[in-house]
Amino acid sequence: MKKTIITVVGKDTVGIIAKVCTYLANNRVNILDISQTIVQDYFNMMMIVDMNDSSKPFGDIADELAQIGEEIGVIVKCQREEIFEKMHRI
Amino acid sequence: MINQNEVLETNEMIEKENLDVRTITLGISLLDCIDSDIDKCCDNVYKKITTVAKDLVPVGKEIEAEFGIPIVNKRISVTPMALVGGSACKDTSDFVKLAKTMDNAAKAVGVNLIGGYSALVSKGMTKADEMLIRSIPEALHSTDRVCSSINLGSTKTGINMDAVRLMGEIVKETAEISKDNDSMDCMKLVVFCNAPDDNPFMAGAFHGVTETDAIINVGVSGPGVVKTALEKVRGADFETLCETIKKTAFKVTRVGQLVAGEASKMLNIPFGIVDLSLAPTPAVGDSVADILCEIGLEYAGAPGTTAALALLNDQVKKGGVMASSYVGGLSGAFIPVSEDQGMIDAVKAGALTLEKLEAMTCVCSVGLDMIAIPGDTKATTISGIIADEMAIGMVNQKTTAVRIIPAIGKDVGEQVEFGGLFGYAPIMPVNKYSCDDFVNRKGRIPAPIHSFKN
Repeated sequence: MKKTIITVVGKDTVGIIAKVCTYLANNRVNILDISQTIVQDYFNMMMIVDMNDSSKPFGDIADELAQIGEEIGVIVKCQREEIFEKMHRI
Repeated sequence: MINQNEVLETNEMIEKENLDVRTITLGISLLDCIDSDIDKCCDNVYKKITTVAKDLVPVGKEIEAEFGIPIVNKRISVTPMALVGGSACKDTSDFVKLAKTMDNAAKAVGVNLIGGYSALVSKGMTKADEMLIRSIPEALHSTDRVCSSINLGSTKTGINMDAVRLMGEIVKETAEISKDNDSMDCMKLVVFCNAPDDNPFMAGAFHGVTETDAIINVGVSGPGVVKTALEKVRGADFETLCETIKKTAFKVTRVGQLVAGEASKMLNIPFGIVDLSLAPTPAVGDSVADILCEIGLEYAGAPGTTAALALLNDQVKKGGVMASSYVGGLSGAFIPVSEDQGMIDAVKAGALTLEKLEAMTCVCSVGLDMIAIPGDTKATTISGIIADEMAIGMVNQKTTAVRIIPAIGKDVGEQVEFGGLFGYAPIMPVNKYSCDDFVNRKGRIPAPIHSFKN
């Protein structure tokens, strides 16, 4: 299973998780894990998701999530897990 | 499982510290394009490049999007053209035709540079080699994306001084022909000693004859990442300093290995090597000179610079080598002047001279790179500079190179502007004393004694 990491960083506001999760649910992206912290009013979330059942290609989901992020003033990034796995694990 | 801190660390490297994959270079063999008819040969070359490389740019972009890592350049290297055109080219204009074909093919597939307008003449020049060399000024001037490299010496063969003398003149002519444009064509021309067959970096990339049909080579870059890591251990002992560089180099190289593997899979072309490199750009914070300053120098070029660079280069290799299954190319810290803001500042401050740069090339990956010198520098003096650099490579069994820009009509105190990734360079003074009688001797310098290992 190819996992994807979604990161959301930006100023905290109402409904960030709701908006991102609604989009993921609508596009059949399964959330495996969520961790979230707030440091000095800054919202920091990391999700591990499984996109295998989604009908949309990776690039479209990444673009649309970035777009949603822009609307609520946060930066949403979507990256395949391997880049982190390779860098931090031998 | 990956934790949030690790994800944040990686993304900070990419967003704030300029971590990127500098280039995916697709090497293509053109040996099967050889024909005795020049038009047929050009046709074969165009078809081969545009067929093998048709997906290179889209695949590069897809990998960028999926991993969120910038891949700055997608490039092609081909078999040295002196070999490909040897049968077909009857004069220099035939070679220029081949250069234009390479240029058109590069534009058709959307790569920003194509390397391999090259000749390997470390022991002697064939007629075709010499013809290609003499065609370089026109070939580079009538194309946009073609890069040329000439191998003038090696530890095994010694130095071909006839070719060194000729290249001094060719560098000068290349500068003259593009004098309205700050002699910019010289940026696309490099000479080597011990040129590697699998170098992914321009201007020196070519697809060596020891290589397979097509291969993916990747060059990584992350001077900013190393500098930031070192900021956190300021004042610590050498052990801590070296460990920090090593660990950072490992992480940076792993990204290169991942991208290389992925590109190889998607293009169905074998993976060749990762070039373990610290390649700067003129962007603030993307400088090798800044790392040297962070290690403890006021400016690059200050006493201690060669030692600091030796240490840096060695740790980058030690960290990187375990991160990749195959390592090759030039592998090490690059010290171009115009492409590194810290180096430019050092030259402007008077801290860094041509002679100190030459010493630095003994311990780093390549050589005198992107250095602007006065336009009235004699061709024999340029040959002398080249010969010195070739000797360093030959004796130390390493790759050395010279990419020097005699800025026609300009002198010390002025600067040349190249734009973009190539940056700008203050013109550096050159030793005024003559080496004419040395350079004008015919023949070659024999291989050094330690090359006889059989």
